[in-house]
Amino acid sequence: MIAIVDYGVGNLFSLKSSLQSLGLESLVTSDKKAILSADRVILPGVGAFGDAADKLNETGLADTVREVAANGTPLLGICLGMQLLFERGYEYGEHRGLGLLKGEVRPLAEDVTGLKIPHMGWNSLIFTKPSPLFKYTCEGDYVYFVHSFQAKKCEDSLLAYCEYGTTPVTAACGSGNVYGTQFHPEKSGPVGMKILRAFAEL
Amino acid sequence: MLAKRIIPCLDVRNGRVVKGTNFLNVSDVDDPVHLAKIYSDSGADELVFYDITASFEGRALFTDILRRTASQIFIPLTVGGGINTVDDFDRVLKCGADKVSVNSGAIRNPSLIHEAAKKYGDQCVVLSMDVKRVDGKFKVFSKGAREETDLEAVSWAKFGEANGAGEIVLNSIDTDGVKKGFDLEMLDAVCNAVRIPVIASGGAGCVQDFIDLFKSVNADAGLGASVFHFGEIAIPDLKKALRDAGIPVRV
Repeated sequence: MIAIVDYGVGNLFSLKSSLQSLGLESLVTSDKKAILSADRVILPGVGAFGDAADKLNETGLADTVREVAANGTPLLGICLGMQLLFERGYEYGEHRGLGLLKGEVRPLAEDVTGLKIPHMGWNSLIFTKPSPLFKYTCEGDYVYFVHSFQAKKCEDSLLAYCEYGTTPVTAACGSGNVYGTQFHPEKSGPVGMKILRAFAEL
Repeated sequence: MLAKRIIPCLDVRNGRVVKGTNFLNVSDVDDPVHLAKIYSDSGADELVFYDITASFEGRALFTDILRRTASQIFIPLTVGGGINTVDDFDRVLKCGADKVSVNSGAIRNPSLIHEAAKKYGDQCVVLSMDVKRVDGKFKVFSKGAREETDLEAVSWAKFGEANGAGEIVLNSIDTDGVKKGFDLEMLDAVCNAVRIPVIASGGAGCVQDFIDLFKSVNADAGLGASVFHFGEIAIPDLKKALRDAGIPVRV
């Protein structure tokens, strides 16, 4: 059973459907017991860092997700869900993240100049270290991104990046049982489905 | 490298895909769920569904089709047509849409762009505009390109961007259905005015039209309907031709 953490952020229809089409059982839930007893946990998210972090804290789900990580259960943050895994985020002010990965989340505009923001569309992955999350993925495979912020100072956990213009943009991080993808595997066609399958096999 | 996107557009009425030429003489093409699957398998980067139904029954059919499509196809889906309120956003997002495009609804009530962006995020709001040359100006039309408004395309695009639209679909009424190429002049004017992605629509007739589009203007995506529905262009062939022309695409 894969628990998809429901904290009132984002549209979970595609994520649930994509897991279903892989034959994977999942549950969209905000129930702490269900999350803690799941084999795997996905932290989704769309929206602003501060709002989402507040919601996780107010609901007590921030502690639940930290407990999941501490228990060694495979955890995958997607898009904003990935950004929340880091220590801090700088979207409309400074906000504390879950602190499960070392690094911070900063505006893409600080690094990318002369290009459109959000970074929206299909971009190709370049790997920095091997990871079981990408055991079915090849370098150069395209995945779907929509974001205006990215993880920085995350060299310790960086697994993959892509190039927007000539600027490297953080695409995936992982440390121990905690993983995050800036892109949306559930929207990345067959390549994304292979990444979700690999996550389910961790 | 960020790829240029190829986006088939499915106009849906009463549960079927239709495509008009210059918005008239609509003819039936195929089953939307089936067509969506074919496109996804052949390498479409996104899909756009336009609901051109007016009736309540048709709308219910549409959301059912959307739900069935989104549970089988895992590429981004944009939905437009009949989006007038934040509740309309909610209705289609719940059925699996990723982005929602507003057109006449935003012309009638421009604050809809900001309200929806605030609730669902900029990435979710697509400002779609039907534009036609009138007395040398690029004028925005509403109600399915039937009614001229006071708006000019460039200032309307800038307004959209400033109010939280994450993307623009620019459909040239002048080139729509004509199949002699995209409206490069109109696209250039809008692409140069905004910093959000612009999807070019209207006029694609052959592979070369897409090459010209990406070589000439800073558009992020090319949208087509009948050229894809009638098999005049196969998406894998198009992607290959674009790649050979040095344009980054997902293959």
